[in-house]
Amino acid sequence: MDMFNAIIQVLDSTIRLSVPLLLACLAGLYSERAGIFDIGLEGKMLVGAFAGASAAAVFHSALIGLGTAVLISVAFALVHGFASITHRGNQIVSGVAINFIAAGSTIILGQAWFQQGGRTPALQPGERFAAITWPGADAIKDVPIIGPIYAELISGHSILVYFAFAMVPFTWWVLFRTRFGLRMRAVGENPAAVDTAGISVAWLRYRALICTGVLTGVAGAYLSMVQNGGFVKDMTAGKGYIALAALIFAKWKPVNAMFACLLFGFLDAAAIRLQGSPLPIIGKVPVQFMQALPYVLTVILLAGFIGKAIPPRAGGVPYVKER
Amino acid sequence: MSTPYAKLPAWADYGLIPLINLSVAFIVAGFVVMLVGENPFRAAVILVEGAFGKGTGIAFTLFYATTFIFTGLSVAVAAHCSLFNIGTEGQAYIGGLGIALVCLSLDSVLPWWVIFPIAIVAAAAFGALWGLIPAYLQAKRGSHIVITTIMFNFIAASVMVYLLVGALKPAGSQAPQTRNFLAGAELPKLNWVIELFGAKIRSAPLNICFLLALVMAFLVWLLIWRTRLGYEMRTYGHSPKAARYAGISETRIIITAMMISGALAGMMALNPVMGDQHNVAIDFVSGAGYVGIAVALMGRLHPVGIVLAAILFGMLYQGGAELAFEMPAISRDMIVIIQGLVILFAGALEHMFRPYIQALFASVSPKSVGMQAVNGKGA
Repeated sequence: MDMFNAIIQVLDSTIRLSVPLLLACLAGLYSERAGIFDIGLEGKMLVGAFAGASAAAVFHSALIGLGTAVLISVAFALVHGFASITHRGNQIVSGVAINFIAAGSTIILGQAWFQQGGRTPALQPGERFAAITWPGADAIKDVPIIGPIYAELISGHSILVYFAFAMVPFTWWVLFRTRFGLRMRAVGENPAAVDTAGISVAWLRYRALICTGVLTGVAGAYLSMVQNGGFVKDMTAGKGYIALAALIFAKWKPVNAMFACLLFGFLDAAAIRLQGSPLPIIGKVPVQFMQALPYVLTVILLAGFIGKAIPPRAGGVPYVKER
Repeated sequence: MSTPYAKLPAWADYGLIPLINLSVAFIVAGFVVMLVGENPFRAAVILVEGAFGKGTGIAFTLFYATTFIFTGLSVAVAAHCSLFNIGTEGQAYIGGLGIALVCLSLDSVLPWWVIFPIAIVAAAAFGALWGLIPAYLQAKRGSHIVITTIMFNFIAASVMVYLLVGALKPAGSQAPQTRNFLAGAELPKLNWVIELFGAKIRSAPLNICFLLALVMAFLVWLLIWRTRLGYEMRTYGHSPKAARYAGISETRIIITAMMISGALAGMMALNPVMGDQHNVAIDFVSGAGYVGIAVALMGRLHPVGIVLAAILFGMLYQGGAELAFEMPAISRDMIVIIQGLVILFAGALEHMFRPYIQALFASVSPKSVGMQAVNGKGA
């Protein structure tokens, strides 16, 4: 039974740790499917986390916090769009710039506004998203097997967790069952064809980037308002890059993205749980190895040793209308 | 990738446009300073005085600049071959491993002038090897170099943390770093050069790596514009198709360019490790690899521009430290914002003002933009 409880606990923290990855990964999916590389997921999450926690602390409302997080994150996404769509700048360079601006400005503004060494004030219960207990969760908690699974794994998360997982089928539906999704995929593969059909390439790409901004904003809000009761400097700690890795690992598909993020979340949860205690057969695994594993796996995948990851064909190339 | 823009005279292309972009970046940074409730002009004065006002300041500025010259050159060499090497950070970190191995094993037996060349080779070799794997994957397996180099930065960080809390840490120590090197692995300082000009210096870490950086800048210029290899790299950078048609081996050129880039990145580690801290500590690179991107873009991928841009960023780092001291509301992270803005305006938005400047040039003298004076069909 102890073993079972331990597994439930690891899976529970897997879910918690994979939510920000999943939101950021789906965010990246929208922009990369539309042909815009986005290295700046990390930065947009960070500003989202900062804006969310600050607004929630100042206005004493979790919802206003979430709204602000989304708004600011979308604003940064639009800067990326302005540079890479309107001015046909290098998308990688623009993403790197956004990460820098986000990392610096969150600390500077946080220090100037709250004077707590770059932190925002600790959020009170009403200013955070509380965990939702599903009906009957407490009642069947003691039922063996099903009880803990229902009470721990399915129930007892914040609304943003359910939102993140609901975004997976929703994104699939948008991508493969709507006109917007079809056009978005087309603009990532062959923008000239979309242009010929009389559809604005730039506007489509901007809309995809707005979706990206919304999702990174929610991802940031999750970090600072659910997982942590406030903003801490550099709290994204490379999650944006892991999300990027997950996106490639998922071959730019929403359902795969969920599994990739759960896998990377699981590696993280397992690393925290094990903390250097020995595994059966393999023996002691260094924490650093577990931390590096998502990146190693992505590199191996990219190298084509586990299937082949083929990015959207027009990704990274600014569209120039022929005259 | 063809730019949809007409040509400008060289001085405008290499002088005016970067200057405008840089000014805009600083104006926006000024707004951030205002938002924080400080006076941007006073901040600018403190920054420049902090960097160049005293001998110590100048020495620190040049010390930081040394680091950025290496990383800037590293990014630039790859960029000439149209490879975006974001992995400079990780390559420099691994370069530090090479230096650590050399210094830890030889510092008790040999003098610095024997260890230094060996350390240069080790740093370059380790950096180059860390660049080799992404290059090989790009050339042979078609995996995107940007993504693989990002991944390799994280892998490098994990490897180094693993070694620094494990094998490289002296027994009985808690800090995740190597033991301090003995005198044999300490590089001589260059502060006396500044003192020749009458300035006083209280311990600053400026060391002979600065000269090495300048030599490397010259060698990179030689490589890119005066050798066959450089020509092939630039050809490949302009048009991979043309390069292939001319019989240039894609694999060879990608791997060579990335290894040179990685070697330059690795050599960056010499400056802080052997010149200043005399040990290898966790995260000693601390973002210098990413600054290299800004420096390379700012310097328009030319060694002279890179040296100037590196000094500019060195000034920002040193002046920024003074600024944080004088204005409590502004911490050193202000520099991170300025870096970001420079990358944004000088890199991603480099074409933003170009059409206007072109229109201006075209209206003043059509010939300067290579246009017949028939009608002003500008950008």
